[in-house]
Amino acid sequence: MLPFLSTRLLQAIPVLFGVSLAVFLMIHLIPGDPAALIAGADATRADVENVRHALGLDRPLPAQYAAFVGKALTGDFGNSFRTGRPVLDEIMPRYANTVVLGAIAVAIAILIGMASGIVSAVRRHTIFDNAALLLSLAGVSMPTFFLGLLLMLIFSVWLGWLPLSGKDTWLHYILPAITLSTASIAIISRVMHASLIEVLSEDYVRTARAKGQREALVIWRHAVRNALIPVVTVAGLQLGYLLGGAVVTETVFAWPGLGRLLVQSILARDFPVVQASVLLLATTFVVINLLTDLIYGLLDPRISAR
Amino acid sequence: MSTFVASHGPTSTALRQLRRSRLALPGLVIVLVFVFGGVFAPLIAPYDPYKNDLMNVLMPPSAEHWFGTDELGRDLLSRVIYGARISLVEGLFSVALAMVIGVPIGIVSGYVGGRTDAVIMRTIDVLLAFPGVLLAIVIISILGPGLTNAIIAVAIYTVPIFARLARGATLTVKDEPYVEAARAAGLSGVRILWRHIFPNISATLFVMMTLRVAISILTAASLSFLGLGAQAPLPEWGAMLANSRNAMLIAPHVALFPGAATILLVFGLNLFQDGLRQVLDPKLQDR
Repeated sequence: MLPFLSTRLLQAIPVLFGVSLAVFLMIHLIPGDPAALIAGADATRADVENVRHALGLDRPLPAQYAAFVGKALTGDFGNSFRTGRPVLDEIMPRYANTVVLGAIAVAIAILIGMASGIVSAVRRHTIFDNAALLLSLAGVSMPTFFLGLLLMLIFSVWLGWLPLSGKDTWLHYILPAITLSTASIAIISRVMHASLIEVLSEDYVRTARAKGQREALVIWRHAVRNALIPVVTVAGLQLGYLLGGAVVTETVFAWPGLGRLLVQSILARDFPVVQASVLLLATTFVVINLLTDLIYGLLDPRISAR
Repeated sequence: MSTFVASHGPTSTALRQLRRSRLALPGLVIVLVFVFGGVFAPLIAPYDPYKNDLMNVLMPPSAEHWFGTDELGRDLLSRVIYGARISLVEGLFSVALAMVIGVPIGIVSGYVGGRTDAVIMRTIDVLLAFPGVLLAIVIISILGPGLTNAIIAVAIYTVPIFARLARGATLTVKDEPYVEAARAAGLSGVRILWRHIFPNISATLFVMMTLRVAISILTAASLSFLGLGAQAPLPEWGAMLANSRNAMLIAPHVALFPGAATILLVFGLNLFQDGLRQVLDPKLQDR
């Protein structure tokens, strides 16, 4: 387990290096002079030069990158152009809101996705199986923003059961969490279905049945457990995608998360906030993938022994 | 069944199975209806999709305006039909661009191997470290919002997927006897890649292409909804939904029709893709 762990950790480092480099270069890839961009449209030539010097934009790129990483590691991303407050203070509360919403959504997705995947695999070629297939195809075909607006229209506007938007009570979590989880429910359900069908034809399942074990125990103890590995991988990936997907859901429901802040900051050209948000989301994704690998290293000792 | 199939060429076998697959054909029909609508939009659309009629805003569906009118009195049916054209362009162009860049990278990476492969794959890992649409959003924040930039952003977001797929597929065929024979015959590397490897991985790529067109249409529509893609007054479905958000509360049809159009087109593509995959990927056949 330990060698496996250290190999995976070592693989994550160059990726994080690449991500930080990409995020750093963003501001230099934007067409035009970054100093002029930051100084604003009505800045004088002297203002632009002051900004250039103050932000170190007149130094060579490698030195700028080293300074960027050094500051980022201490949580210093500069100040927001829009509010003037430190970027970290702007993004951390938003990040917490996004993570909570993402965690709830992934829990819903795992629960419903696994249940429907197991039932549709066990009851193969029945109405339930076909319905699950069609529903999951519909689930991945649904634009998140439209699903969100539709749920809002039905449950908030017409029925008046749930609040329209914002984040004040636990009732506010319901519609965004369902919206965010739908595509993941569909994907987890399909993976569970395919994986379980494969496992059900294994010798050990036949043996378990042959020794007269109850079918429910065969499915639960022998089959589902062994079918879980691909599901764990996909669930981990989905948690990461939900962080990215939250951008849309948060915009629909005016959820005060990092995704919504990111979109607002792009439209306002508030680059320090954009850089920090992107770096934080990508780093989280890399860490989640690392944890996913570790979990299935625990589930299947053969993987970590390699 | 196997003896029956064996008497036919691979193409006619595939077509036969496609016909038998219960999902692929309805999917293809749905997609073709949208393609037809998109291509012949100027002939089919009853009104000019950009013409405001401020005397008739937010009218519910009627005999005159089958889908009603939007917040500026524009005919919604005409806008949805023109929207099909924009969405198909977004999906096809971004995926084509992604394939033109990603597939050669993946094939070369898989075929050459060694340090080249390692460097390319680590770069791809970095691109894949931006979860979901985040990579597309990063690119938009560099290029600025707009329809063309959204297509480029979605293309770059899709490049790693094709590079990885092409690399994996190349690895499985590169030691096949026919590739070795081509190498032994002294064919140049480029010729081997183009004439012997590419045709043999094209089925895999084609299945992925239909899936990615569906995903790219959704991604581009999402970007437009966020204000980062196609901008008003373009009748792009995502942008239409964003612009009619407030009107939606009193006149739901302004959101329902473009939303339903998006679902139907993407659903059709997904149905077709699912059937296609079963036909072209024999391993999946008894699932």
